[in-house]
Amino acid sequence: MLHFDWSFFEGLLLHPPSTFVQGAIRTIYLAVIAQALGVVVGLVLALFRRSRRLPLRAFASGYIWLIRGTPLLVQAVIVYDGLSALGLYSFNTVTIGPVSIPGVVQAGIVTLTINEGAYMAEIMRAAIDSVDRGQAEAAGSLGMRRRQAMRHVVLPQAMRVVIPPLGNEFNNMLKVTSLLSVIGLQELFLAAQDYNSATFRTFEIFLVAAIYYIAMTTAWSFVQAAIERRLQSRGGYVAERVTLRERLFGGGGGAIAADQLRGAR
Amino acid sequence: MTRDSAAAARATAGDNAAGAGGQPVVLGEGIHKWFGRIHVLDGVSFEVRNGEVVVVIGPSGSGKTTLLRCMNHLERIDRGRLLVNGHLIGYRQNARGELVEESEAEIARQRQEIGFVFQQFNLFPHLTAIQNVALAPIRVRKVPRRQALADARELLARVGIAEKADAYPRQLSGGQQQRVAIARALAMRPRLMLFDEPTSALDPEMVGEVLEVMRELAETGMTMVVVSHEMGFARGVGDRVMMMDHGRIIEAGPPAEVLGNPAHERTRAFLSKVLH
Ligand SMILES: Nc1ncnc2c1ncn2[C@@H]1O[C@H](COP(=O)(O)OP(=O)(O)OP(=O)(O)O)[C@@H](O)[C@H]1O
Ligand SMILES: [Mg+2]
Repeated sequence: MLHFDWSFFEGLLLHPPSTFVQGAIRTIYLAVIAQALGVVVGLVLALFRRSRRLPLRAFASGYIWLIRGTPLLVQAVIVYDGLSALGLYSFNTVTIGPVSIPGVVQAGIVTLTINEGAYMAEIMRAAIDSVDRGQAEAAGSLGMRRRQAMRHVVLPQAMRVVIPPLGNEFNNMLKVTSLLSVIGLQELFLAAQDYNSATFRTFEIFLVAAIYYIAMTTAWSFVQAAIERRLQSRGGYVAERVTLRERLFGGGGGAIAADQLRGAR
Repeated sequence: MTRDSAAAARATAGDNAAGAGGQPVVLGEGIHKWFGRIHVLDGVSFEVRNGEVVVVIGPSGSGKTTLLRCMNHLERIDRGRLLVNGHLIGYRQNARGELVEESEAEIARQRQEIGFVFQQFNLFPHLTAIQNVALAPIRVRKVPRRQALADARELLARVGIAEKADAYPRQLSGGQQQRVAIARALAMRPRLMLFDEPTSALDPEMVGEVLEVMRELAETGMTMVVVSHEMGFARGVGDRVMMMDHGRIIEAGPPAEVLGNPAHERTRAFLSKVLH
């Protein structure tokens, strides 16, 4: 005898309470902001790792080692609760014009950015290394400085290689935001959990949450496919075509390569 | 144009001459280079005078590419001296008279004067032909974009591919790519052009069009060092041929002598292989 409450499920799916909707919106903007910042951090770290200066290389290696060697849950608690308990820094609500950003959201973004930066660094470094050495040599032979060659010749090519794994990172990011519930950030997962403790309709509630997540990641797959198509048509040359089927259900060469680039999380 | 009139053209093109007054454009003295335990350059001494076209030949692994790459400091030398345009390339002398590597900025500045054409073209695949040619003038020489693009268009016309200005490298044939690469190097207005087997990655039917561009360039008086086994080019355009073997220049002289009547048994053996 199954206790599946269809009308409850349907109502929740089609007319979700505002906490649910706000949680979902928060999940999306957390993921977008953290991914964007993570790309910047990752790029800087990747350039550090390829720097001729030992301290920069050492810093980047140490950073990546620390972040990839510890769980995101632990990082989140340290950033939000730990720093505050230590008396080092407390995240408080910041108001910029009409928007006010709660401290916990700031801490969430910081944590995700720090974390994602380490993974993006590895992706960026692999992408930079994938650009043929002859490219930097050709730039150098024209009198370009190393920095100019990196910026105008190597990075534009590396970025095309980065696009597919970057898309996979973002797919992951959408889901990983749920871990921030540990510091009490009201994203989709915590909204579902709170709703559950009021109604105890656990299966229906988390089924709806799952449907929300899959809607987000699937929508993203389409966006990603469109971006890659566009890059390809604009004189570009994305090395490998990933079909939408591979994108959604896995098994594509691109997905495997991306996982190898990223290593197991 | 005959060789004599080409030489005359060079004499008049001597106004930008680093080598004016007898100073060679490239001067190598006792250059040694090791890759690990391989002695790739074993005491190489040579000079290239202003307006001269020197063709370097020799068997695979004899050090031709390495020598050429040393001339714009893509490779470091371990011993000896190499001067290009009157300056130690990639090195300077410190207070104690030792050679230390130049700053990155200075090396980049020296390289602006030296064009390099790679065997594999190494065009920038994310840029169109004209963008490939204009990139360095814009970023390095700070030429205004509009001006740089106009210059680039002119250079592409000069190498015979004006109509391909907006094509990406992958849309071009090998011969067309190599001609874009030559235009790209010329855009920096170098005083010396280095070519590393510019036609050996090409299908046979495209070799001629690239050699023709190089011949025309030689006629303008450009100083050129060309690693190539195109004997027709060496005879017709080269002023001198240098034969390398095991990291040494074993023979050098006018093409007619070195190719027609080689003094060295190794040269003879090598030529009989290349010509068949
Ligand atoms: N980066 C490198 N590291 C180690 N060894 C190298 C490197 N580059 C070249 N060599 C070695 O140095 C020697 C000379 O190489 P080089 O490329 O200068 O010869 P080459 O005369 O240009 O030959 P080819 O006609 O095949 O182009 C070879 O034995 C080669 O294997
Ligand atoms: Mg070679």
